[in-house]
This record gives sequence, structure tokens and C-alpha cells, in this order.
Amino acid sequence: MTSVIVISSLILTFAVLILLFRIQSLVAVLKGSHETVGTSNKVNAAMMVVIPLLMLVAAAMHYPHAAKEFHLPIASEHGVWTDDLFWITIYVILVMFLITNAALFGCAFYYQYNPNRKASFYHDNPTVEIVWTIIPAVIMAVLVFAGWRVWYNTMEFPNDKNAEVIEIMGKQFAWQVRYPGKDGVLGKYDFRLIDDAKGNEFGIDFEKEGADDDFLARELHIPKGRPVRLKIRARDVLHSVYMPHFRVKMDAVPGMPTEFVFTPTKTTEEMRTETGNGKFNYELACTEVCGKAHFAMKYIIVVEEEEDYKKWYAAQKTFLEDKPEFKGKGMSSLKKKNLASAEKEVKTEKN
Amino acid sequence: MAEHAQVHAEVHGHDHDHHHDHDHDHDHHEQSFISKYVFSEDHKTIAKQFLIMGLIWAFIGGAMSVIFRLQLGFPDMNLEFLRPILGTWINETGKLGQEQYLALVTMHGTIMVFFVLTAGLSGTFSNFLIPLQVGAPDMASGFLNMLSFWFFFLASVIMFASLFIETGPASGGWVVYPPLSALPQAMSGSGLGMTMWLMSMSIFIASSLLGSINYITTVINMRTKGMSFTRLPLTIWAFFLTAIIGVLSFPVLFAAALLLIFDRSMGTSFYLDQIYIGGEALHNQGGSAILYQHLFWFLGHPEVYIVLLPALGITSEIIATNSRKPIFGYHAMIGSMIGIGFLSFIVWAHHMFMTGMNPFLGTVFMFLTLIIAVPSAVKAFNYIATLWQGNIIFTPAMLFSIGLVSVFISGGVTGIVLGNNALDIQLHDTYFVVAHFHIVMGSASFFGFVAGVYHWFPKMFGRMMDAKLGYIHFWITFIGIYCVFFPMHYTGIAGFPRRYYSHTGFDAFNKFADLNMFISGAAIVTFFAQGLFAFNFVYSIFRGRIAPENPWNATTLEWTTPRVPGHGNWPHGQIPHVHRWAYDYSKPNADKDGFGDFIPQHIPLSQTPNSNTEHDMAHSHKAQHA
Repeated sequence: MTSVIVISSLILTFAVLILLFRIQSLVAVLKGSHETVGTSNKVNAAMMVVIPLLMLVAAAMHYPHAAKEFHLPIASEHGVWTDDLFWITIYVILVMFLITNAALFGCAFYYQYNPNRKASFYHDNPTVEIVWTIIPAVIMAVLVFAGWRVWYNTMEFPNDKNAEVIEIMGKQFAWQVRYPGKDGVLGKYDFRLIDDAKGNEFGIDFEKEGADDDFLARELHIPKGRPVRLKIRARDVLHSVYMPHFRVKMDAVPGMPTEFVFTPTKTTEEMRTETGNGKFNYELACTEVCGKAHFAMKYIIVVEEEEDYKKWYAAQKTFLEDKPEFKGKGMSSLKKKNLASAEKEVKTEKN
Repeated sequence: MAEHAQVHAEVHGHDHDHHHDHDHDHDHHEQSFISKYVFSEDHKTIAKQFLIMGLIWAFIGGAMSVIFRLQLGFPDMNLEFLRPILGTWINETGKLGQEQYLALVTMHGTIMVFFVLTAGLSGTFSNFLIPLQVGAPDMASGFLNMLSFWFFFLASVIMFASLFIETGPASGGWVVYPPLSALPQAMSGSGLGMTMWLMSMSIFIASSLLGSINYITTVINMRTKGMSFTRLPLTIWAFFLTAIIGVLSFPVLFAAALLLIFDRSMGTSFYLDQIYIGGEALHNQGGSAILYQHLFWFLGHPEVYIVLLPALGITSEIIATNSRKPIFGYHAMIGSMIGIGFLSFIVWAHHMFMTGMNPFLGTVFMFLTLIIAVPSAVKAFNYIATLWQGNIIFTPAMLFSIGLVSVFISGGVTGIVLGNNALDIQLHDTYFVVAHFHIVMGSASFFGFVAGVYHWFPKMFGRMMDAKLGYIHFWITFIGIYCVFFPMHYTGIAGFPRRYYSHTGFDAFNKFADLNMFISGAAIVTFFAQGLFAFNFVYSIFRGRIAPENPWNATTLEWTTPRVPGHGNWPHGQIPHVHRWAYDYSKPNADKDGFGDFIPQHIPLSQTPNSNTEHDMAHSHKAQHA
């Protein structure tokens, strides 16, 4: 019943509005002269100043409130550099934004139609054109240079022997992490060895060296103050590793392993004190759309002091301790198994 | 309508008298309803067809954004009331489904970028204005032009139909990156919906190419006597360059789509390698998922300018006309458009900084990307300089053009942040990107589109749109656009990723419930304010005030045609010759020659001895000797 009333009143209001509009336009026709430039021109000109100013004031008043929320604390070495550059760039563009918008709306207001004035025929000035080509070019050059330095320092991936190597793999819709174990070597893998039913989700090849002491973890533990070399891959569709507090992002691509090297600077505990949030946890998210539950690919990162990290590392059970049936299984045993099943198929067909 | 008929009758009558004057004549009389309004080869009718299709798509695409904004802004809301429209897309709990959310996001992007801002904008105004402004009776090939629209129509039908199939339309984002889009087992939208997306887009590309080839040919070959390239209005320059960019880049998208079709249906592995999904390892090996991204963005980035340049061209024209002043830096404007067009081809990988491509390559693309800010800035400065010392009349078209310059600046400056790959590490695929491109590409092009409709409506339909409704429409839209997209920068800085169904899952991003609600509210108001435009548009076609032949006192050739130009554009095939550039507004001493504050392009210099400048005379001598 209510919906009928609501709908019919909406229709009525709409009809009344249309009628008013029709009357308004007919009156305008009766009044005769078709004036393009009347009072509305003055109103619009005034709005050209009033509205942008109001919006600016509103934005400025809201800013302190918003700024509290959007400042994510930084927990990595390069994060400080990128954030510094970010804010410098923001200040530069804020100045450009304010000057050009002010000029735009200022001119629109100031040079509104006046029957007693004639517009100037001034339409060309090569000097001015050159000046306002060079100014942005110089600003861009400075920003390119600054960006290049930060990018180079962040992405040069020093082949640091001291770096902690950890593998992270994305799948629909979870992250999984593998550590190299005591030997510091991640065992080889092959996607054909992946077997979710039996538990080899990484497709680790246990015929090859280095795999025997690998272990998986439920959370991404990393040590503070030492570079972490994150080896990134995906096994089904694109994903992207995103660790907002560490300013780390890198796509996970099936068939093309990627990596990102960064140095954490604050432990989870330190961050809990800093933010005053006892339940604070570093989070890892997916930023490349990967399907239905893309928004829910959350993984927890734990940053620890070196000692605690070593202790945790030593206490982990290796993959083979957990699933001894995989010992020695790899590509050649897969081949044997597949050949056997193929022969069996041929036989059954013959029978 | 009576008015319409009368004018047509008049035009046709004249044509009849001069039956032997031009060969287009025989078309006129035997035209049935179908050949005149449906399978028309007249560029003006085709333009209107593109316009109306584009507007319908704009409302569909806009409505989609309102629906997914409801989910983001009011996550607890019961959406049961949308069941009559969305059916099973609303799940048992009264919420929008997660895959359906992605489907809406994907379709919103596809529709807005390709169907509204490429076909709707370019299709409408390139078709309508190129022959009228260069002084041609029609496009170089009316038949190809007709095909262009009907290919677009077919693409539209397929895309629209894909909304209704059981597994839903394509849902992997408008960029449809494989492997997600290549594997039906990865999500339901990658099944039949994705096949239809690829079919539709392939046909769309054909439509776009047919259109572009026609635009280029017409501009090069069919300019009237005296219409040198340096006398072309900036609209034509913009459409011309847009068409060239389209012809060079759309085929690459076609190649990308074709390889994806092969991967999906013929077992090839162009984009697929080492995949384990749905409990089995696929046979595909040796492909590269990144290859698709390179191919896609080789179109995808120029596409941004395919969408934007026509809007900038339209704005140039409207700002000059309504400032009653020549466009400032005509040659610099052309130069910067050529610069933008060229650079747009060599910046594509800035969409891919985080794909794991070589960091050195990233540096190269950052450098090239930030260079493109320079010609863009030059354009903005020239617009402002055109307003300076003008005598500005605020028509609705002018308001939207000034609005365009504002959003072009506001969205442009954040591009300087995103183009810097060191900063892109954090901002890539967050709402900062969403804010950036919706302002600089989405809103700016949309403003240009709407400005164009307000400005050329009188020539299209012979009637005026209501100005007051236009003013209200502009101010609500202008404020609305900033309210929707400005706060998104904040959530982006906080790192909130794009294409997330919900923002509550992460402690890092969940503080913006209020802001998201505000954005959604603003989006809803802005969307419904477009109803004013729709009403004004439809109402004015039938009941608007009769337009004068040249309502804005503009100089370009289209305003020398009758109120509603007939087939062949100028009666008796008498196409005017051009004797000056398109911007003789407020020329000193024009009053002594008997002109007001503008001298149309077809007025010979001999009629304006007092106002001719030395430059005019030099130019005309050169033209004579050539």
C-alpha cells in the first residue's frame, strides 16, 4: 500500500514539475525577446567563484579528519622514501591545482559578459607558449629524477646473501607461504606435481635437492632489520601481493615468478605500541582481481626481532615430517604413475 | 514535429528545382522511412543514431555504478527492492552477489569506456561535425559510415544480451586479463559471458575502424575550397587525430582479443602457462599472461586519448565561441594534440609497473609518461588564456566546457603522482587510480560530450534545449563529480584496493564507512540529476523553442546551413568556400565592415577591408599562389 502511495505521489510531483516547466518556458516565449545573456549570466558567473570556494572550504575543513584515517604507518626502509616523495609530489600538484583552478574560475567570473566591453583579439604569444611549456617540463624533469632515484634504490634488488628468502604463492582464494628450511634453499617445484587432495599444494619436487627441509607456515613471519626476498608466484590466475604497511606490491603471475626485496623496520609488537592498538596486525591483500573472493584474500604478516624469528624458524616442522609419504616423490615417479595408468587404460579398452 | 516536416518539405522542394545541380538529388524523393532513419547513409542521421545509442548506454552504465555503490556505501542495506530488476543477482540474504558485483564493475567499465565515450562521443560528433565543419556534403563513404553504426549496434546487442545469460556477463574487470578471463573454471563470468564480450568487442573494433577511416578520408579529401589544415576548427583537428590514433591502436586490441579467443576455444597457449586450477594441471605451457597486458594497453592507453581528445576539441570550439575571443595559441593547441597523440603510443606500460617487468623498463615508461603532462598542461593554460579578456556568455555548453577544464586539471595532476613508478608501488590498483581516471578521463570526456550536445543540439534538431535546466544540470553534476571522486583519493592513499566487494575485511582499510557512504550518496544524486538532461533532451526535440540558424553567433561553417540541414547539407549543393580561420571573434574594426563580434569563415577578405590584418593578407596571397 505504502509503495503505491509513494509511487503515485512521485508521479504526481513529476507531472507538476513538468507542468511548471512548460508554463515557465511558455511565459518566456510570450515575453518575446530571446535573450541569451541576461540575469542568469551574472548568476552563473558568481557561481563560478562561489561554488569552487565552498568546495575548497569544505575539503579543507574535512581534511584533518580524513588525514587521521588515511595515514598508514610505514614499516619498511623504502616506504619512508616513497612516502616522502609522495607527499612532496602532492604539495607540488596541490600548488598547480590551486593556481590553475583559481585562474580558470577567476577569469570566468571576471570576464563575464558585459555589453559595454569588447573581448580582445589577443590570441597568440609564442613567448608565453614557450614559457608555459618549459615550466611544467622543468617540474616534470625534477620529479622524474627524484622518482628514478627512489625507484632505483627500491627495486635494484641487491643480491644480498644475508636476505631471508621466502616464497609466497597465490591461488583462488588464499595465500600460501613456503620457507627454505635449514639449508636456505627453496626446493624445486613443478605445477604438474600440485596435488590438492594429497596436500602438495606447491607442487614441490622431492626428487630434487633442497626440498626435504622446506616448511610451510600459516602466517608470513619475517625478521626485522634484514632484507627479505619475497619470491612470488601464482598457480591459477593473476594475483598481486600487496603489503600496505611495507609499501610493497608485486603481481603474482602464473608461469612467471616475480620477486620483491624489502627491509622491515618495525616488529608487530612495536607497531602495536605505536598505533596504540593492541590487536594490530600487518596484513597482506590481493590487488589484482582474481575472482569471486578477491576481496577476502587476507594473510597475516608477523614481524619479529631476529632472535624470536630464529626461534620460531627452528621450531617449525618440515613438510616431510608432516607428510612423510611424499619423500622421494617427484617428476619421475609422476611419469611412472601416469604411464602405468595409461597402460591400464589401454588394457581395459582392449578387454 | 510540424516544424520539422515543413523544413524538410522546403529543402526538398528546392532540391527538386535544381535537380540537375548535384548528383545526390535522386536520393531525396524515394527515401522510405527505413532508408532515411534506419539504414541511413546521411552523416547527420548516423550521428543522431550514435548519440541516442550512446545516451542509452550512458544511463545503463551509470545505473550499474549506482547499484555497486549501494553495496560499497551501504553494505548492510537490504537490496530486496532491486530484485524486480536484478533478479537472482540479489542473493537470498538480500545482498548483491560477489560475482555479480564484479560483473557490474566490469560492465560499467566496458560500457562507459567503449560504448559511451568512444562510440557515443566520437561517433556522434565526428560524424555530425566533420562534413559540416570542413564543408562537405557528406562523409567520404556514406555506406561504410552506415555499416559503422550497425556494427556498433550489433556489438551493443551482443553485450546487452550477455547481461541476461545464466552465468552472467564478463566479470574479470574491463581489462579482462587472462588467465582469469581465459579459464571458464576460474569464475562464472569467464564462461559464455566472456565469449560474448570478445565477440561484441571484435565487432565494436570493426565499427570503430570503419568510422575512423571515414573520418580521416573525409578530413583529408573533402575540405571545401580554402579550408586549409591551418584553417580547420580545433574540433576537426581533434577528431582527425583521434581517428588516426584509433586506426593505429584498435587493431592491436583486436589481435589481443583474437589470441584470447584462441586460448579459450582452441587450446592454444598464448597467454597461459603452468596453471593448476579446479583440481587439475592444464596442458597449456609456454604462454605469457603479461603479453596480453602489453597488447591490451597498447590500445588501452591511446584509448584514453581517443576518449579525451574529441572532448577537448569540442571544448576548444565552445570556449572560443562563448568567450567571444579567438582560441589562444591555435598552433600550440594543434602541436600539443599531435604531441599527446604521439606520446600516447609510448606510455602504455605505466599500467604495468607492478607486473614484474624489468625495473629499467619501468624507468623508461615513467620518463615518457611524465613528458605527456607537458602538452596537456599547455592545453589547459591555453584554455584559461582564452577566457582571459574575453566577454563570456555562460550557455550550458560553456559551463560544461569550463567544468571540463577544471576536471582535466584536477585529474591530470594526480596522473603526475601515478606516472611516477616509485609512487605507483603503493597506489597501483587502489582507489587513487579510480579517482584519477574517473576525473580526468571519465568526467572530462563526459563533460565534453554533454557540452557538445547542448551546443550542437540546435543544428541537430532545429530546436533549442532549455538553458535554465541546463544550468541546474551543470551545477549539480559539477559538485556531484567532485563529491564522488575527490574523497576516493583518501581511500586510495590508505591503500584500499579496486574491485573489492567489501572494505570491512581488512583493519588497514576499514575506517572509511562514513566516506564510502558519502561517496555513494553523492553518486546517487549525481546520477539522478542526469534525469534533468534526459528530460530536457527528449522534451526539446519535440517542444523546444525553434532555433535560429546560428544561435551562438559562431564562425564555423555548420552555422551557415539551414536551421535543419537536409541531405547534402547546403541547399542546391552550394558549399561555401572558406576565406579565413575559424576564430575571427571580436576582430578589431569588424564593425566598420558591418559585422558584429564575429566574422564567419566563408566571408571573403574583400568584404572586410577594414578588419583584415597583415597576417590575413599574407595568408591569402599564399593560398592564391599555391
